[in-house]
Amino acid sequence: MSALRIQQGSSSHSAYDLRDYHAEVIEKHTLAVLVDNEAGVLARVIGLFSGRGYNIESLTVAEVDHEGHRSRITVVTTGTRDVIEQIKAQVGRIVPVHEVHDLTVEGPSIERELALFKVEGTGNNRIEALRLAEIFRANVVDSTLESFVFEMTGTSEKIDAFAELMRPLGLVETARTGVAALARGSKA
Amino acid sequence: MTRQMTGAKMVVQALKDQGVDTVFGYPGGAVLPIYDEIFQQNDIRHVLVRHEQAALHAAEGYARSTGKPGVALVTSGPGATNAVTGLTDALLDSIPLVVFSGQVPTFMIGTDGFQEADTIGITRPCTKHNWLVKDTDKLAETIHQAFHVATSGRPGPVLIDLPKDVQFADGEYTPPTKVKMGHYKPRVKASIEEINDIVALIEKAERPVFYTGGGVINSGPAASMLLRELVDATGFPITSTLMGLGAYPASGKGWLGMLGMHGLYEANMAMHGCDLMINIGARFDDRITGRIQDFSPNSKKIHVDIDPSSINKIIHVDLPVIGDVGHVLEDVLKVWKSRGRKKADISAWWKQIEEWREVRCLTYKNSDTVIKPQYALQRLEELTKGMDRYITTEVGQHQMWAAQFLGFEDPNRWMTSGGLGTMGYGFPASIGVQMAHPESLVVNVAGEASWLMNMQEMGTAIQYRLPVKQFILNNERLGMVRQWQQLLHGERYSSSWSEALPDFVKLAEAFGAKGIQCSDPKDLDDAIMEMINYDGPVIFDCLVEKHENCFPMIPSGKPHNEMLLGEAYVEGAIKSDGAVLV
Repeated sequence: MSALRIQQGSSSHSAYDLRDYHAEVIEKHTLAVLVDNEAGVLARVIGLFSGRGYNIESLTVAEVDHEGHRSRITVVTTGTRDVIEQIKAQVGRIVPVHEVHDLTVEGPSIERELALFKVEGTGNNRIEALRLAEIFRANVVDSTLESFVFEMTGTSEKIDAFAELMRPLGLVETARTGVAALARGSKA
Repeated sequence: MTRQMTGAKMVVQALKDQGVDTVFGYPGGAVLPIYDEIFQQNDIRHVLVRHEQAALHAAEGYARSTGKPGVALVTSGPGATNAVTGLTDALLDSIPLVVFSGQVPTFMIGTDGFQEADTIGITRPCTKHNWLVKDTDKLAETIHQAFHVATSGRPGPVLIDLPKDVQFADGEYTPPTKVKMGHYKPRVKASIEEINDIVALIEKAERPVFYTGGGVINSGPAASMLLRELVDATGFPITSTLMGLGAYPASGKGWLGMLGMHGLYEANMAMHGCDLMINIGARFDDRITGRIQDFSPNSKKIHVDIDPSSINKIIHVDLPVIGDVGHVLEDVLKVWKSRGRKKADISAWWKQIEEWREVRCLTYKNSDTVIKPQYALQRLEELTKGMDRYITTEVGQHQMWAAQFLGFEDPNRWMTSGGLGTMGYGFPASIGVQMAHPESLVVNVAGEASWLMNMQEMGTAIQYRLPVKQFILNNERLGMVRQWQQLLHGERYSSSWSEALPDFVKLAEAFGAKGIQCSDPKDLDDAIMEMINYDGPVIFDCLVEKHENCFPMIPSGKPHNEMLLGEAYVEGAIKSDGAVLV
């Protein structure tokens, strides 16, 4: 779970019991956090993650209700089931946080990420990159005689897969937004 | 109803409207407008401390002894950074504080101005919430919201950062009745199903124990009364954390004493051996649990807590109940009575507990020539227990001995830094307590090392004629550090002695207070009475045994049933004539 590995029994000189009792299965969860869009609210949420040693795999944030000044923070995090429960409870008690939803357990959800890839190359590599982009339904949003910028949305796995393919073909730069996610169905 | 006034005036008006009578603070450039307003009124007393950390601890002492929020006022930059320890202390012990800090004018924020610090950034993780107010029109509303957040749900410290131009500018004052409190409304009532489940477990339990904490105190005096009623009606044994002492009286029939690392043998053994643990407002702190996997292995666990993040954080419980302790206790009592006050026969359990009590875990080897710290506290207890008494402590061995040897009959009488373990807490806290209770006896049980950390507050005690008694158990050591070094670090006493100590009697006299030194057990009673009867602050330099260890002790990484008992016990000194049994 963490890089710090402490051997069994090494706690005898410490005021704390340093052994890792909850080394269970690590799960990945996508949390949607609805917050008042006030100064510093993002710092409160991510400061809690860093301060308590939780992981952030990806993070997106934007105001989603301009009139109500409400922002949606989507956090993809990893941890044991206990840690995930703790994260939700800890985030939930931040004063400007209205709701915390665990999209991974609350039913089916859809997750999308947007990525931009700059691929440099000429000749066959260039042709192959374009052909693969078509298969992945990536759009060309910028082009020079030696390069393309592809735009693509999809799950993080799909974007990872496309990046893998582009690497030998001249991938020079990548930008990703992180995951945005919603629960499926009609209910908000 | 709204009125125009300056931001500085608004601060004072809002404090009055919130019922605040005392503010602890220290002036500086960025809060001068507020100090100017304080100067021009008589409703709010300002107590000038000698260091901002002390302002926060004094406000904590005030809050914990009254149940009202404590208020502190500090300037920008160093004023705010000095407040950080107090904020963190209050956060960990769930003490309601409202702290105002000055800030450079809004147009200078971010320019590294004189005495500028990113106070909001620095205090974000050590407050329940904080606000930077950039618009005077929003100031009053923010202050009223701040009081609401600090005092509702799980209480905690909040901070309002006030740029100087916002203090000078005019704006509309909003009275508390007109303020929208927003969505922040923590759940206080448990569901009827949860209450029924608690009662069902109580009815069946054969080896029950109540494990109570600071949440009972924070819930208010009514919660303590309900707890007493429930404990006495069920006849169940009860133990408490350091934070919860006084919620159930030490003289009560069910009382086992404090539990935890330096808790009583019978309390820890009862926790280990119970079949039902009823946690009311405690949080399974690591000083309580010992080794997690072996923590109370055969019990069903109920956990009543107002903070959902306390549930299953450390220990998995069978029945988590989110709600205010007072409300939950009231409902449990009602339902338990209406279902016929059923309970199992627990006499075998009490018999077992009595056997554990026979161990007499607080036994120590007394001396005719040297004052043992335990003996000093026993005498203090004996000579003051009937009095209208408040106790604060610093942090270390003396703190644990105080928790073991002093008895608390009522809530809000015991102020100690539990979660953060802040040396230097007790003296300023005693000042805050004495401000709130001018006629009462306020004793700070201290170690000499802790006490020196905020000794500048002698000036405050003298200036405000606060007769706080500083009962210093002086072993010329950082006693708890030394104990750990002896037991766990091969007796290598690295930096754990207090060299170059002041003459505490002369120090007291230098401030205009009374100093008493005592080193002979035969003189101790008279010296303590002299301290109590003196009308003014006293530094009591009690020279005690230098190498006494605090027992019982659960070494870290050990479960409750592997406690180390005292040297006296180990050496069989219980039977010797000199031993003082407790």
